[in-house]
Amino acid sequence: MWLRISAIVMRFFFLHRRSVARVMEIFFWPVMNLLVWGFVTSYLKELAVPKTVLFLIGAVILWDVLYRSQQGITLAITEEFWVKNIINIFISPISIGEFLAAICVVGLIKSVVTTIVLGFLAFFFYSFNLLSAGPGLVLFLGNLLLFGWAVGLFTMALIFRYGRAAEALIWGVPFLIQPISAVFYPVSVLPAWLQKIAYLLPSTYVFEGMRQVLATGVVDVSILGISFGLNLVYLFLGSLYFSWMLCKVREMGYLSRLHLE
Amino acid sequence: MHQDSTNTTGTDAITEVCRLTKRFNSLTALDSLSFKVCRGDILGLLGPNGAGKTTAIHCMLGLVTPTSGSIRIMGLDVARHRRNILARVNFSSAYTALPSNLTVRENLIVFARLYGLKSARDRIDTLLELFEIEETNDRLTGSLSSGQLTRLNLCKAFLNDPEILFLDEPTASLDPDIAAKVRERLQELQRQRGLTMIYTSHNMQEVEQMCDRVIFLATGRIVMQGSPAEIIKQSQSRSLEDLFIAIARNGHLYQTVDNHEDEPCGSE
Repeated sequence: MWLRISAIVMRFFFLHRRSVARVMEIFFWPVMNLLVWGFVTSYLKELAVPKTVLFLIGAVILWDVLYRSQQGITLAITEEFWVKNIINIFISPISIGEFLAAICVVGLIKSVVTTIVLGFLAFFFYSFNLLSAGPGLVLFLGNLLLFGWAVGLFTMALIFRYGRAAEALIWGVPFLIQPISAVFYPVSVLPAWLQKIAYLLPSTYVFEGMRQVLATGVVDVSILGISFGLNLVYLFLGSLYFSWMLCKVREMGYLSRLHLE
Repeated sequence: MHQDSTNTTGTDAITEVCRLTKRFNSLTALDSLSFKVCRGDILGLLGPNGAGKTTAIHCMLGLVTPTSGSIRIMGLDVARHRRNILARVNFSSAYTALPSNLTVRENLIVFARLYGLKSARDRIDTLLELFEIEETNDRLTGSLSSGQLTRLNLCKAFLNDPEILFLDEPTASLDPDIAAKVRERLQELQRQRGLTMIYTSHNMQEVEQMCDRVIFLATGRIVMQGSPAEIIKQSQSRSLEDLFIAIARNGHLYQTVDNHEDEPCGSE
């Protein structure tokens, strides 16, 4: 099993080690995001809203964990469609579980690399210490990573079903979640009805928790527990939806046609 | 129109397809197909575009779920033992590709691992040499010519030393010299290893040269089957190509060959 999982991970290592564009995708957009928001918040700091600075920089870094995690797995599978390799993968003895595990590892590696780079830059430019959250940081990152995978599973299922027509979802779905997750502002800013929806998303608890830890230094483990519980539900549903969609795709013969699109 | 009633009654069937039907909404792509392939045989699946050749192969590989019917490969039901079967077969097609942004060796390393070969250096070297593309070892796959790409696909297909090789138009887009070389290599490997091949091609000369037996499909039905020489004789055609054209133009007039009395598939 590990050999087959490592095969897919290795395939993406080979791909990235000579592709500047793909490596830039891990670094460029997150760094640009951090710089733009960082300087905006530096300006806000001058306006004497110091906590806001911390909140926004923390939000930018954590948001990117979720985004890279989702992108890591959806782009991994779309890449196979683009290069007409999907059939070769699916006629090998790799199981769907192994394939999903492999692309989750790819998503994990991308997220970790991005977080480390952004953590260093945030410290260097804005004296923002990501590690100030202490061991709780692992819980924040872990929950976002899991939610990124769950969102990725739903997105991938739709790409399998609708092919290239659904590719825009790779980039679009995270930005449907962003405003509701209260990434850059507290949930209380949202209208009451939207707050109820916000609390159905694991990411909301993470960003609320992040603001709390930056403001008080205390990690509220209970809300991270809720986030984790919701993540398990979404991952379970995402896996079911993906498996069901794959069965439908096999029935409809889309798998053998997708690579021709 | 001539009807061939030859049944396939191999003693050592490695593939048994029984009443295989695939419908896509109102379109019947495969209509109750039944046939056997014997170990070591090269079977040609022939027919015009849309006849159901690729759908049949994709059903056998588990890429497409049949509407009804069953497929047994090496005695195992494809629906229930897909992964076990896939570990022992392989596929090469003119219409799939390996990632262009990986080198030839990187691609083969990845697929070797997918087929459970941890250390495949020697196997990869042997295959690259066998298909005469060893000089492409460190080149990006995207920089290869069509002939080299086809041979790389075949290297991938031989990585796990398959018992059955599915080839979907393997020589399409190759010049005659490279196509001849590919055929020679395939025949050599087939003889050495007793390999079974299920082959689709639109090149009828190639089919005559390669295949022990052919099945002609039209609108998802078997309309003729037998050895190339037999069916040329039975159909009173001048050549396999003439027969192909006749079936392509008037396939609907041909009667379905009924292999059901042979009932190749039992329950496990």
